Amino acid sequence: MSEESKTTTTTTPNVDISVELGSLKLKNPLIAASGTFGYAHEFKDQMDPSVYGGISVKGLSLQPRTGNPMPRIVETPSGMLNAIGLENVGVDAFIRHKMGYLRTLDTVIIANFFGNTVEEYGECAAKLDGVEGIGALEMNISCPNVKAGGIAFGTDPVLATEVIKKVKSKSTLPLIVKLSPNVTDIRVMVRAAEQAGADIISLVNTFTGMAVDLDRRRPVLANVTGGLSGPAIKPLALRMVMEAVETATIPVIGLGGIVTSRDALEFLCLGASAVQVGTANFVNPTAALDILTGMKQYLAGLGVEKLSDFIGTFSR
Amino acid sequence: MAIRQDNSCTIEAIERIGEDYFRIAFSPRVPFGSRPGQFVMVRVSSGVDPLLRRPFSIHRVTAEGNFEILFRVVGRGTGLLSKMSVGDEVDVLAPLGTGFGEGGVRPLIVGGGIGVAPLLYLAEHYISEGKRPKLLLGGRSDRDLLCHDDFACLAVPSAYSTEDGTLGETGLVTELIKRELEPLDAAQRDEVSVHACGPVPMLAAVARLCVGYGVYCEVSLESHMACGVGACLGCIVKSIDDKNLRVCKDGPVFDATLIEWF
Ligand SMILES: Cc1cc2nc3c(=O)[nH]c(=O)nc-3n(C[C@H](O)[C@H](O)[C@H](O)COP(=O)(O)OP(=O)(O)OC[C@H]3O[C@@H](n4cnc5c(N)ncnc54)[C@H](O)[C@@H]3O)c2cc1C
Ligand SMILES: Cc1cc2nc3c(=O)[nH]c(=O)nc-3n(C[C@H](O)[C@H](O)[C@H](O)COP(=O)(O)O)c2cc1C
Ligand code: FES
Repeated sequence: MSEESKTTTTTTPNVDISVELGSLKLKNPLIAASGTFGYAHEFKDQMDPSVYGGISVKGLSLQPRTGNPMPRIVETPSGMLNAIGLENVGVDAFIRHKMGYLRTLDTVIIANFFGNTVEEYGECAAKLDGVEGIGALEMNISCPNVKAGGIAFGTDPVLATEVIKKVKSKSTLPLIVKLSPNVTDIRVMVRAAEQAGADIISLVNTFTGMAVDLDRRRPVLANVTGGLSGPAIKPLALRMVMEAVETATIPVIGLGGIVTSRDALEFLCLGASAVQVGTANFVNPTAALDILTGMKQYLAGLGVEKLSDFIGTFSR
Repeated sequence: MAIRQDNSCTIEAIERIGEDYFRIAFSPRVPFGSRPGQFVMVRVSSGVDPLLRRPFSIHRVTAEGNFEILFRVVGRGTGLLSKMSVGDEVDVLAPLGTGFGEGGVRPLIVGGGIGVAPLLYLAEHYISEGKRPKLLLGGRSDRDLLCHDDFACLAVPSAYSTEDGTLGETGLVTELIKRELEPLDAAQRDEVSVHACGPVPMLAAVARLCVGYGVYCEVSLESHMACGVGACLGCIVKSIDDKNLRVCKDGPVFDATLIEWF
């Protein structure tokens, strides 16, 4: 259908929006957030996925997973809850069937993955290491550790340290550790991740919440609880990203509720080196393009020539 | 430079049909081709509340490239849509999903309530292919049976059922299907195909009936959706071999024998 559609080229001001997160270089600071952009090909009729500076693919596990029973999603005020249950094709099928298309894109492919044991994380990282076309790993540590009674790796600094060290020993790719916001003090987890060897931190993952079907007096989601995302979480995410930036010496990727260029710039001025766009992809598949255009216009209006000069310019 | 899909559409007409039903005609800035059974995702607010797009079947298309949706007001999103005005710009992703299949020489088009929405387009299509579709439409009462005039204009033979007996037969649409299929011999049943859209319990009953008669049946399913393009995995139905099918991408129209009904 793209042949039939009118293509508009937008003239945007010439601002250098490339960013460097240690050894990870992105042509622009926008990364598609894991689980909200599939394996990218799903969006190719709607937009050119190469618009993104990076794409974090749907979270991968050692074995394919079929996920949770339905219903899995519900809309909430300015947000949504999801309990997809980390359904994915599995790391082997990903490498065999999904990387072919992803390699054709002019963007950095970030392999998001998770496990239920330290060993699973390690094996998954080992399989992804060295696959042509993968530019970085992003480990999702918001998962329960089945060997530690189901406590999420990302809520316990000791468990987090162990699993990050394991992954670090299995791969030489830049390692992004994606933190769970469902903790009392995010700074504790930031320090643990950095000391364990994370190259970059990304936050936030979704906030655990629930929705009640009043008339049936039952949970709406079959899984009872789900992860809250979208504009509803932006103030919570901003607070946590600020704390992470103030605590970490490694680069931080900020996300949570970004829909517009102004949302993205708020995280960047706080000191996030890049940002991820999640739920907004569902609402507006061309969100990334709109954000980039708006971002360049805003920076040009300020007379800023390089985004890197703008990052971290926030003051209390 | 990247390709930018322009999704803006202008509302050309809004028509209220009965108490809670509306029909809206859109003209897309960028025209698109579609098949009966495909759907669109409409952004009902330009802000972030309500956040998600709402899915609607393509109800009808015109030669000029306009398309229509037919919907029932059931909540906030449909309420907002019903209050829009001619000339308003709306962001619509389209066309999405698979469509209805080729069908037999004598397609039976079966609708329950608002499930009639994609069936007018389907009937028009089958007629243009030289087929002889017949419409079987069921609902709670006569107020829920829509579009008779439109089907009548196409000269599609039709039969109706209502649960309260206010129009057509008293009872369920499955009774109408039985009446159609029962008298046919095996060779005649081979020429028939069933294409159904409506509430899930109705579709399950239709599917079961068709298996019994050995008649091909496809159904258009609904599910809560976030992305509409196969990425979020929020709209799953189980197949008989326990695979996950995405209603938005693998459907919404499915061969009824592939679905694990309950
Ligand atoms: C493929 C497809 C085609 C459809 N075609 C039509 C049509 O032609 N005409 C029509 O009237 N309706 C149709 N529906 C149902 C329609 O999408 C819902 O009635 C509508 O989303 C309700 O939105 P609301 O904000 O008014 O309701 P609310 O209940 O306030 O909506 C809350 C959330 O639930 C979702 N939701 C609620 N009911 C449904 C439902 N039945 N199916 C899917 N999501 C739902 C909404 O999208 C929203 O995310 C279709 C659904 C699907 C999946
Ligand atoms: C439907 C859905 C699926 C998600 N799946 C994953 C996943 O597989 N792995 C992961 O690390 N995060 C996953 N996330 C979390 C997002 O990547 C992101 O952290 C979160 O949605 C917050 O950003 P947002 O408000 O911009 O959506 C998912 C989010 C949604 C809405
Ligand atoms: S609605 Fe997102 S996968 Fe179907």
